[in-house]
Order: sequence, then C-alpha cells, then structure tokens
Amino acid sequence: MTVAIVDYGAGNVQSLCFALQRLGVEPVVSHDEETLRTADRVIFPGVGQAVSALQQLRACGLDVLLPQLRQPVLGICLGLQLLCRSTEEGGATACLGVFPLDVVRFPAGEKVPHTGWNEVSFADNKLFAGMRRAEYLYFVHSYRALQGEHTVATAQYAGQFSAALQRDNFFAVQFHPEKSSAVGAHILRNFLELSR
Amino acid sequence: MITKRIIPCLDVRNGRTVKGICFDELRDAGDPVELGLHYAQQGADELVFLDITATQQQRATQHALVQRVAQHLDIPFTVGGGIRSVQDVAELLRAGADKVSVNSAALYRPDLIDELAREFGSQCVVVAIDAAVHNGQWCVYAAGGMQKTPRELYEWSREVQERGAGEILFTSIAHDGTKSGFAVEALARLAREVHLPVIASGGGGAPQHFLDVFATGQADAALAASVFHFQEISIPALKQFLHTHSIPVRYEREL
Repeated sequence: MTVAIVDYGAGNVQSLCFALQRLGVEPVVSHDEETLRTADRVIFPGVGQAVSALQQLRACGLDVLLPQLRQPVLGICLGLQLLCRSTEEGGATACLGVFPLDVVRFPAGEKVPHTGWNEVSFADNKLFAGMRRAEYLYFVHSYRALQGEHTVATAQYAGQFSAALQRDNFFAVQFHPEKSSAVGAHILRNFLELSR
Repeated sequence: MITKRIIPCLDVRNGRTVKGICFDELRDAGDPVELGLHYAQQGADELVFLDITATQQQRATQHALVQRVAQHLDIPFTVGGGIRSVQDVAELLRAGADKVSVNSAALYRPDLIDELAREFGSQCVVVAIDAAVHNGQWCVYAAGGMQKTPRELYEWSREVQERGAGEILFTSIAHDGTKSGFAVEALARLAREVHLPVIASGGGGAPQHFLDVFATGQADAALAASVFHFQEISIPALKQFLHTHSIPVRYEREL
C-alpha cells in the first residue's frame, strides 16, 4: 500500500511519518500530482496559518487536485479546516469546499489555542471501528468547524464542535492522531484499513 | 471536556538524562529514549526535554537524540535549550519535535517569538518564563535564572501572547526544587492576565500540590522532574488522586 502525505510546506510532517512507521507503513511525502493521484491513501496534514497554507497549496496546484481525489483522504488539524468551505482566519477566506462548513475562531474569553487532551464522542463510523464511544485525543488549534451534516465526532470546548468529519472518501480530524497515544494509532490504523 | 495535563521534564546533557534517576524497571534510566517511553506508557500527557547545555557544537547530538525519542513517542514532545533562531527550530521540527520552548533568546530578542509563530504557527511556540519576587514585584530572569532582566512577569506574559506564543511555561525560581508547592497565587493571576494555556513549573512535591495548582492556580498543565524521576509520585496514582478530587484528567484506557 502506498500512503502519500501532502507536502505543501505547511508545517511539521515528521511526527506523522514516525506514527505511520510505527504502524509498519513507510509514507511518501510529496506535492507531486501524479504521486498523490495514484497513492492508495492520502493524508493532508497542516499546522500554522490558513491563508499562507492555502497560498502554498495553490502554488503547487493542489487546491484543484485535492477535492478531486477518489481514494480515502484524511485531513488532520489545519487539513480539516482547509477542506471546509471557508475560514474566518485572515478574514473570510475561501477554502477547498469538500465539507459545506465554515470554520470560525473560538469565542473571545476562552483560552486559545485550545491545547491538550479533550474528550471526543464518536458516531458510528468506519474511522472509529473497534473503539469505545468516547476517548481522549490531543488537540491544538485556534479555529474550529461547528457541527454539520458530515460531523462524525464531536468535542466540547466553549460549546460543541466537529472533532471529525466524513463525506464520501474524505475523512478529517481536528485532533492529532499521530500524537494521541494508542487511541490515535488505532484511528490511523482504521484509516489505513478502510476498503476503497 | 479538556483535561489537565501532567508533564514530566527530562534534563538532558550530551544525550544523557541528568539528575539522578532510579527506576528499577528500566534497563538504563539515563537513556532519555527509554525514560520518555516509560513516562508515555505511564500516562504522561506530554514530554518536555530541556537540553541544559545545548550549544552550537552539541546541536548534532541533540538532533540525533530528539529523533530517536520522537520515533517512538506517541504523545506531544517539546524540546528546549539554546534555541536562538528560526533555523534552530526548523531543525528540531525536522528531527520530530512537536513544539519548542524558548526562554533567554526571546528576552534578548523578542522578535524571535513573532518569527517562530509566523514560520511554524503559534501551536509550536512555548515561551518559558523564569521569575522570582524582588522588592514585591515578579521579575523575569534569563540565562537559567542567573540574570535578572527589567521585565515584569505579567507584562512580559501579555507581550509574548501578543507576539504569537501558543503557551507559557512559568517557573517560579524560588519554588523550583523545594517540593513545597507551586506558586499558586502568581499562577492564578497569570490565568487572569492572559488567555494562553499556562504550564506551571517549580515546587511540585506532593499530589496535593498538583490539586492546588489546578484548582486554585488555574493552570492548564503542571510540569515536574525529580518527583517523577525518583518515583516519589507515580503518574497513574497522581491522576487517580486528581480524578477523585474532580480535576479532569486523561486516563490511559485499553482499546
């Protein structure tokens, strides 16, 4: 199986590579369209600022490619937010539009970034197969997607928000499975084992 | 609900853990890799490495060690010590660190915080602040607590927030190593002054101190070294204690 990690200069992919290696997978880190199009799995990570991340995606032509991918895709953290319709970060910024949701900042008065292990409640979804209905996962983010029809997991912090989304072959998680101990590894393994 | 974090800190020199450590179950308790994994298995919520002698010459050793730890560690991993530039951080992140902790270099050149936040995102920038009370005021110290600066704790904390820090790691110099409890009043005020997560450090010696730092000090995380290294407090027992006192903590659970 080939697992490609989208490399567009938005942050740190080393932790994710190590997490996949612990599961016996050697990922390819690439922004090459053909590599991404033909991989069995594509993981779309990201940390940092949404606007500059989008600029870097566009510079690689990946803003067009990513929403067209047909294999299972997993967005992580900023990856989830960029797969939504828009984000408040940097003013109203159009994103890739896979999920019809708008990403908003946590309300004023809350500690931001939302940093740490938060309880996540899972819907019945392939990504969470073989797991309890709630687990702790590690988050660090300042913006979030509220709930929508594609929400498959929720967390509470200044109200409820989407901890995970799914639409067709697109999966996305706001938490960091690569840094979330055995529970996170289980979710990554479930993603790798999805039938196509 | 977000949980309060328990963070063991390893002081590392030349690739080895310093401060005497005695763990019967570890083959080599001086090996930071084995010790880090041990803490992760015990339910530590993050791990912090401070390379207390990090110099330019020792960078290569530091990176090799960070990489060996990161390969095996499945919880967030922060590295601090001697970080002065965007380039230093890029190398640590490439080795597998998730966050970096900056201290003196940010005091000497505060723009470093802005540069790191812009380049890597606030989520990976922890600003460590060492402070002590002097003439009734919390003064910030540089160079591992050796050098007093004109900065005041709360003013500097607000500034690092404005500059893009993602977390503050506050150490009370007077409490550090005393095992007599954290600087709870200063922490409670810090929680009112900034809206960043605050990691409390210095003084944790008993489970009650951790309860106080969360319940009264309003800290988001508590960091300690020797009480964990010497097994004076075990992380599972500490979390059980906090849980029975209604502090939300993460339990390692079997899948």
